[in-house]
Amino acid sequence: MQHVSPVREPLVTGGKTYHDVTQDICYQVEAAPNIRWMGALGVSLILLGVFFYSVYRTLWYGIGEWGLNKTIGWAWDITNFVWWVGIGHAGTLISAVLLLFRQKWRSSINRAAEAMTIFAVICAAMFPVLHMGRPWLAFYVFPLQNTLGSLWANFNSPLLWDVFAISTYFTVSLVFWYTGLVPDFATIRDRAKGKIAKFSYSMLSMGWTGSAKHWSRYETVSLILAGVSTPLVLSVHTIVSMDFATSVVPGWHTTIFPPYFVAGAIFSGFAMVLTLMLITRVVFKLEDYITLEHIALMNKIMMVTGSIVGVAYITEFFIAWYSQVEYEQYAFINRATGPYWWAYASMMTCNVITPQLVWFRRVRYSIVLTFILSIIVNIGMWFERFVIIVTSLHRDYLPSSWAMFSPTRIDVGVYVGTIGLFFTLFLLFAKFFPVINMAEVKAILKYTVNDGPTYGGANEGGGRLTSHTSPAPYATPGVPASAPVNYDKQND
Amino acid sequence: MDRHEVVQENTLAKYQKNPKEVTEYELIATPDGLEKPNKVSLWQDYQYNDHHWGMAIDLNSCIGCGSCVIGCQTENNIAVVGKQQVINRREMHWMRIDRYYSSNHHEDEFEKNGKLKTYAEMEDPSDNPQVIFQPMMCQHCNHAPCETVCPVLATTHSSEGLNQMTYNRCVGTRYCANNCPYKVRRFNWFSYYSNEKFEDVNGHMFTDLGRMVLNPDVTVRARGVMEKCSMCVQRIQLGKLEAKKQKRRPKDGEIVTACAQSCPTEAILFGDMRDPSSRLSQLLRREDGERAFHVLDSINVQPNITYLTKIRNGSAEFFPAEENA
Repeated sequence: MQHVSPVREPLVTGGKTYHDVTQDICYQVEAAPNIRWMGALGVSLILLGVFFYSVYRTLWYGIGEWGLNKTIGWAWDITNFVWWVGIGHAGTLISAVLLLFRQKWRSSINRAAEAMTIFAVICAAMFPVLHMGRPWLAFYVFPLQNTLGSLWANFNSPLLWDVFAISTYFTVSLVFWYTGLVPDFATIRDRAKGKIAKFSYSMLSMGWTGSAKHWSRYETVSLILAGVSTPLVLSVHTIVSMDFATSVVPGWHTTIFPPYFVAGAIFSGFAMVLTLMLITRVVFKLEDYITLEHIALMNKIMMVTGSIVGVAYITEFFIAWYSQVEYEQYAFINRATGPYWWAYASMMTCNVITPQLVWFRRVRYSIVLTFILSIIVNIGMWFERFVIIVTSLHRDYLPSSWAMFSPTRIDVGVYVGTIGLFFTLFLLFAKFFPVINMAEVKAILKYTVNDGPTYGGANEGGGRLTSHTSPAPYATPGVPASAPVNYDKQND
Repeated sequence: MDRHEVVQENTLAKYQKNPKEVTEYELIATPDGLEKPNKVSLWQDYQYNDHHWGMAIDLNSCIGCGSCVIGCQTENNIAVVGKQQVINRREMHWMRIDRYYSSNHHEDEFEKNGKLKTYAEMEDPSDNPQVIFQPMMCQHCNHAPCETVCPVLATTHSSEGLNQMTYNRCVGTRYCANNCPYKVRRFNWFSYYSNEKFEDVNGHMFTDLGRMVLNPDVTVRARGVMEKCSMCVQRIQLGKLEAKKQKRRPKDGEIVTACAQSCPTEAILFGDMRDPSSRLSQLLRREDGERAFHVLDSINVQPNITYLTKIRNGSAEFFPAEENA
């Protein structure tokens, strides 16, 4: 039987054996698609169609199809970009930072969270390319040697730093995610019945045999990639925030943006992970792996980062007053009382008040309340980026340029379309890839020496590998296998 | 709110009393005392060894007729975008005339009503307001906020003080426009010369005959590209070339920008600030510390365009209270 600690909640409930883990997770990959998945994919594909149409309109007719004007050069495009990149940060934090902090509870959520990161970064990357007036010349940003005397890009520009940051982030996340998937692909390959399945998963698992050497390398690479990814959690959104912080626009030009944005990113990222995991665990019957404890822990991280964001809001207000810079002061008065006050109010209620509810145990252990909270936080964080971008731009230094922004149908179409893109990719991931890292979950299950951890227990999958009749001589029932062994006693 | 560094005016009585006090200059508090913003800078300044083009705009002389705007449009092949796009705040004019109206309310009311309420009331002009017209175009800042943020270096600084715009390099991220505090940059939202939506209003760019109206020295910008006042660089280059062909330097007054040429009251003066004998240099020397100011001086972008404070006729030292209109 699984050994259950007397001092903490088990990370995997239900007395699962290793075989159970394999069965539960591979079942979703191997079974035919169920009707709910088909329905969800259908809706996502429709939204993806909206995306393609909106992109066609934008590319064929021009950025004039959006609601932008001479005063407000960025609105929904960059709001959505920052929103999606922010969402991606939770996956990297769970995969990398929690690995380095040895938080074993990350094992059941890290793969889906990292997948969420990769798909979120794909959606985010759409916007810097699409928002360009001439996206077919996007390669101008790459510092490649050329025949124009080698005309380089402008390394002073935060938009260029974005190019490096986002591409690095995407590459590293993809590699990290993929190396974690290799052992699980091998498991599916070994169980695969159909020819196509066997071939595809053989290719994907790249000859993984599960030997000790392979596992040793797996652990090492995971640690190295975790070490590389951890600084990215902080640096990528710092660079995204520099898009605003290094400008002269009042309301943008504040040094608090880097930590504020990073905290906000993790905040919105965990909200999205919660949204996705709460649905996945029910639909895929994975409640024993993504337990209430996991939900509560993610809620707590969401609350901490949400509180940091709240403190940042207050600091911005204070500094606007303290600096006595009239433009900065007006920027904040305008946010709270001007024509976009409703966006500001949404941002404040959703982001400052709602995460504080997590202090209540009833809230953080409640599936329904957590789900509602996570949706509210995501909406609030979208409004935060909208408020920062649009309210600062629409009324800046010279009042003669003050203007209003309203989105066009194409603006909305591109945004809704990227949501469709995200969910299409995520649903395909959930169907064809194991959503939980089987190998790592097995590594956090604890078994006593007596009741072998392989195929024993209530769900016998095959023959017993250890016999009950001859228990190991130095074993005591109920003592975990990791207990120190006194070899001296044997020689008595 | 308090934006006195955007536009300045004062009365004749004050000017006659002490010309050095008609303009409020921004000073930054430093450990060495109050300094002008250009003394507090981390940037290395550009060296101008040959020409340093600049402009002075006299707010006294500007009557807001708009000839400069139209002159600029004609000279630089600027598209006409039509009524709907103008309502959407997407006009392409490189220059604009900003109008600042007087209000019945005054700073004296801060004590009684509080700052916020008084500023809110000041946003409504008087029924019969006084106006200041301020032509606003690219200020050709020496510390241009647009130049640092373009990812592809489509906007750069020339060795003669101009902020250059390289249309062919621009990929249209619009960061430069967002970062411009004067909001003088214009983006080509559509293809104004081939999108049939604009055939009615911009028809001259659609037909071969119509295109003969365009200035052949200036390109027509493509969709997705940023544009702005170039200080008629084509005229500057032509003037320099003609002078070079005659083996001499360009004389002051030979090179004139389209806006300066169109202005009926000669409110706009273009010239070489490096040439001490040019009319512009003489004017700036005379008005330095008196009527000459830069718009938004405190952000220290160091524009090459200087404005001259408007002086109103009147014997009073302060503005008269409005009579019932």
